Amino acid sequence: MFCEKAIELIRELHRMSDGQLPAFNEDGLRQVLQEMQTLYEQNQRDVNEVKSADRADLMPSIKLRHCCLLRNQRCLTAYLYDRMLRIRALRWEYGSVLPGSVQFHMCAEELQWFSQYKKSLASFMRSLRDGGLDITQDMKPPKSLYIEVRCLKDHGELEIDDPSLCPQHFLPRWKCEQLIRQGVLEHVVS
Amino acid sequence: MSGGLSDDGSDINQDDSQEDVMTPAELIAKLEEAWLNEKFSPELLENKSEVVECVMEQLTHMEANLQRVKKGDAKASVHHMEIDRIRFVLSSYLRSRLQKIEKFFPHVLEKEKSRGEGDPSLLSPEEFTFAKEYYANTETYLKAVALKRMPPNLQTVDMLQAVPEPCLDSFVFLRVKERQENILVEPDTDDQREYVVDLEEGSQHLMRYRTIAPLVSSGAVQLI
Repeated sequence: MFCEKAIELIRELHRMSDGQLPAFNEDGLRQVLQEMQTLYEQNQRDVNEVKSADRADLMPSIKLRHCCLLRNQRCLTAYLYDRMLRIRALRWEYGSVLPGSVQFHMCAEELQWFSQYKKSLASFMRSLRDGGLDITQDMKPPKSLYIEVRCLKDHGELEIDDPSLCPQHFLPRWKCEQLIRQGVLEHVVS
Repeated sequence: MSGGLSDDGSDINQDDSQEDVMTPAELIAKLEEAWLNEKFSPELLENKSEVVECVMEQLTHMEANLQRVKKGDAKASVHHMEIDRIRFVLSSYLRSRLQKIEKFFPHVLEKEKSRGEGDPSLLSPEEFTFAKEYYANTETYLKAVALKRMPPNLQTVDMLQAVPEPCLDSFVFLRVKERQENILVEPDTDDQREYVVDLEEGSQHLMRYRTIAPLVSSGAVQLI
C-alpha cells in the first residue's frame, strides 16, 4: 500500500501530543523518498509508453502514482514542519542552549534551522531598544519582586549578592525565570 | 521641543509635541489596549511602533529614576514592581505579534508586499526583517532536509497554500468604545438570515471577528 510509511511518520508525531521531540526518523524519511523515486520512475516509463505506443489505458495508473507522490510530499512536509515548530518552542522553553539529550534527537538541518532561528530572534530583540529587550523573559505577569526557589541540581554559582549555595533561596524573580524553566530551580509555593 | 521646521516644510516637531501631550498613564493605557487587541485577535493587527517606542523610552526613564532612589526605601519596590508590570505587558505584546508572524508567515509577508503606498504597515521594520529571515530559514531547511531529494517536479512547496491562514470567523469578546449603527451580521447557518445590530457604547458582545475587524483597527471597539 503506497504512502503507508509517510503516514507512519505522522502517527509517530501525533503520539507525542505534548510537544516533545522524538528522535529524527532518518530511516523513515529515506524510505518515503525511495518510494517517491520509484513511483516517479514508473510514471516516466508509462508516460513514454502513452506517447510512443499510444497506451492511453495507462493514464489511470499514472494519475494514481501522481496522487501518491503528492501525498508523500505533503506528509513528509507536514512531518518536518511539525518537528520544526516543536524545535522553535524549545528556544522559548529552554533558552538558546539546548540540552544534549534534545540535540541528540535533531538532524543536522534541524540544528542549522535552530541556530539560524535564535540568531534571528536575538537580532530582533537587540533592535528593540538600546541594550535590547529580552522578550523570552517575563512570560508570566509578575506577582512579587522576590520568589522562593529550591535548587534541584548543581548549576555552579549564581551571580547575586550572596553567592553561597544553600538548598532554599529567596531570589529576585527575574533572575530565576529561565533557570526554573530549565529545571535547575523549583518555585516553592507555600 | 526646540528647533524649527525642517527644509521641506513638514512639521516634524509638531508631531513630537503632540506625543508629549499624552501622559505616561495614557501611554500605558494605549499599550494595554494594543496588547489585549493583539492577544485576542485571530489575525496580526497593524503595528503600533510609536506606542512601543514611547513605552521603551518610558521604561528607560523609570529605570534611571529607580537608580536614584535610596536603597531600602519602600517606594523603590513599588516602582520596581511597576517597571516589571509594564515590561511584562510590552514583552507579551511583542511575543503575541511574533507568534502570529511565525504562524502565518507567508500570508503576513504577502499582505505587507501588496499593501498600497499610503496604507499603514502591518509589520515594523524589525518585524519585517524577522519575518523574511523566518521564511528564508524555513524554506532552506525544507529544501535541504527533504525537498532536494524528491523527484524534479516536486521540489518546491507553495507556502501560501501549505501554511493555513488565520481563521477570521472565530468568535471574539468585545467592548464597544464608540457607538456603531447598522453593523451587518452574517448568518451562522443556512436557515438564518443576515441582520443588522446597533452597538451601544459600553456594551459587551461576543461576535465573529470578521464582522468587527475594521472596528478594531479604527479603535471603535476593544477586544477583551
